[in-house]
Amino acid sequence: MSAITSNYKKIKDLNPHESLSAGTSLCAGCGGLEGLRLALKELGDDVIICNAAGCMTLLSVYPFTPLRGSWLYTTMGGPVPAAQGVRDALDIRIQQGDMPESENLQVMVLAGDGSSNDMGMGPTSSAIHRKLDFIYFCYDNEAYGNTGFQLSAASPFGGATQTAPSTGLHPAGAELPKKDLFEIWRAQNPTYIATVSPREPIDLANKFAKAKLMKGPRLFICLSPCPTGWGFDPKETHLIAKLARDTGIFPLKEFFEGKVMHNKVPRKRVPVERYLERQKRFQHLFIPVRQEETLAQIQSRVDAYWSQYE
Amino acid sequence: MKPNRKMMLTGNKAAAWAARLARVEYVPAFPITPQTEIVETLAGWFADGTMQGKFTNMDSEHSMFMAAGAASASGVRVFTASSSQGILHGLESLHTLCGWRVPLVMVNVSRALATPITLEPDHNDVLITRDSGLIQLHAETCQEVLDLILIGYHMAEDPKVCLPVLVNMDGFYLSFTREPVSIPDPGLVEKFLPKFKAVQPVFQASQPQARASAVFGGETYSWFKIQQDLAVRHAEKVFIEKAWRFSEMFGRYYLPVESFRMEDAEYVFVMSNSFATKGKSAVLKLRDQGIKAGLLKLCMIRPFPEKAIAKALKGCKKIAVIDQNIAPGRGGIIYPEIVSALFPEKTAGQKVLSVIGGLGGKDIREEDFGTIIQHLGNPKPEGPLYLYGEQDLNTFLKFERIAKPEEVARS
Repeated sequence: MSAITSNYKKIKDLNPHESLSAGTSLCAGCGGLEGLRLALKELGDDVIICNAAGCMTLLSVYPFTPLRGSWLYTTMGGPVPAAQGVRDALDIRIQQGDMPESENLQVMVLAGDGSSNDMGMGPTSSAIHRKLDFIYFCYDNEAYGNTGFQLSAASPFGGATQTAPSTGLHPAGAELPKKDLFEIWRAQNPTYIATVSPREPIDLANKFAKAKLMKGPRLFICLSPCPTGWGFDPKETHLIAKLARDTGIFPLKEFFEGKVMHNKVPRKRVPVERYLERQKRFQHLFIPVRQEETLAQIQSRVDAYWSQYE
Repeated sequence: MKPNRKMMLTGNKAAAWAARLARVEYVPAFPITPQTEIVETLAGWFADGTMQGKFTNMDSEHSMFMAAGAASASGVRVFTASSSQGILHGLESLHTLCGWRVPLVMVNVSRALATPITLEPDHNDVLITRDSGLIQLHAETCQEVLDLILIGYHMAEDPKVCLPVLVNMDGFYLSFTREPVSIPDPGLVEKFLPKFKAVQPVFQASQPQARASAVFGGETYSWFKIQQDLAVRHAEKVFIEKAWRFSEMFGRYYLPVESFRMEDAEYVFVMSNSFATKGKSAVLKLRDQGIKAGLLKLCMIRPFPEKAIAKALKGCKKIAVIDQNIAPGRGGIIYPEIVSALFPEKTAGQKVLSVIGGLGGKDIREEDFGTIIQHLGNPKPEGPLYLYGEQDLNTFLKFERIAKPEEVARS
């Protein structure tokens, strides 16, 4: 494995090719879009994206597409089985000699955290079980973003969403911890899992470069700071993403051949408050009164996570 | 295997044979009674090399239909099958892949919908897909199942259609009933239905495409939906062409509607699927008694062949539309469609009676047709006639009595 790790060391090493052009109707500062752009730089043009209903639905609005590769809009729960159908069909055509190998495509699913953690989780689990040869790209903005930021199973404890607001009775907002999608996927031992961040382009590119050469289910969770839903200025996407890493809230890691490896481990973790205080969705933890207990819980959960590896 | 050999086949086996003869390359599958025998048979043929391509066990009908559509959009000939709750579960995918305009054939083995849950047939499952954009062909016999699947592929893959075709058969009455079925010569079938070559671009590296993109605004949405409507409507003409070609090669001819003893009929039963055989038998017996009865069988439900129906029923004064389905609060689903087909050339003094029977597999007995004739004789307009008599009530009460004998005795 070491032979194909760390191809890229500097930003200028990255592939200059763009498979996803500018000019989409997505929100300014969308972290997921930046993550996808970086991923496609590595994967190239010979990709078909099977898209789940979500924010990215707006990538291709008839009669435009920002992609050099192919696009198939499916449903919220259907992108993975669509990927299965495409993969099977391409395999059949190659096997029967109806299509040269040069026409082959990398099959990729694009889904938000809502689809990934909720409606689409069953079909994804089944595809991992079937060892479907595909790439899964989950842009995780921690809520149903496209409909205006409602609670998903990926919404974090202590964050407010439109359907889990902070009130006198429920001061924390979302009261349950985020579902651990990485660990749920890992239980099925897929070929590869990685978390990536648009703020870490070299790490992201290296992970896609690795995954590109593998077969089987290769799954990614991309931290996707969401200016409209999280409540910050679009120009701060990278700052938010940096704080997510530096506080240890979003661990960059990968799973391969039975092992979990952390990348870019923060040596001294910044207190989580630095990350939370910059976002409107956590504002109620500070104003009008500090919710000390909730803040302490968020910090202690992050510390508990890292204590497993320190 | 010898050409044109006749075999005793269930409807399910006939469907599997049709997929095999069509050289289907891909079957995404999920089991559900009474359809399971179809996918089991195909699984065996893919596993032992009789069929080439791939059989994939999916995790639900929602996933299965999605995989089927995506594979067709990627250039292979696809078959799949479902029933009842499976159709409901997959309904979102069905609407989606109709919009993708992908050619494939699926079989629905009709089974009534929950609640209450049952295994036996009626047509509420298939008619829930009525507005999805699927072309629907309904089979009366096991032979029709096989033939309509082959004609269905020819139609689905026509450049002017490019749509999924659903072939319907009744659970149990056809799915598990053996009938003699003529298996056409594979060489001839290959001439009728050559290897699949998609007329639209398919997913591959040299032809990137964005398919099923989002639209903004009613003008763009409407344009696509009207295109879809025109394509489904056009499929009626294409069906007639393909069925004619089929008859030239295999000697069996099909039309969107079949007229049985309609030449001088005064009383007409409008029916579909396997119970049409019971209807035909009743027509012959009624004619023995001097009652001029006839039957109009709907083979095609979508597109709705309204001109053919209006023509066949022109001048008929006593028509009973027998719906083996129920839309609570409205009645039969096909009834209003027939009435609207007749409306432009309405015959004076015409009575069109809505009849609801055969729900959840309940038999339609010979005497039921006599009851219908009596009601047709009544000149007054009346609401739906439920085919549910004393005998049916007694069967129901028999079970009640076993469970709670005192309460039933008291009532």
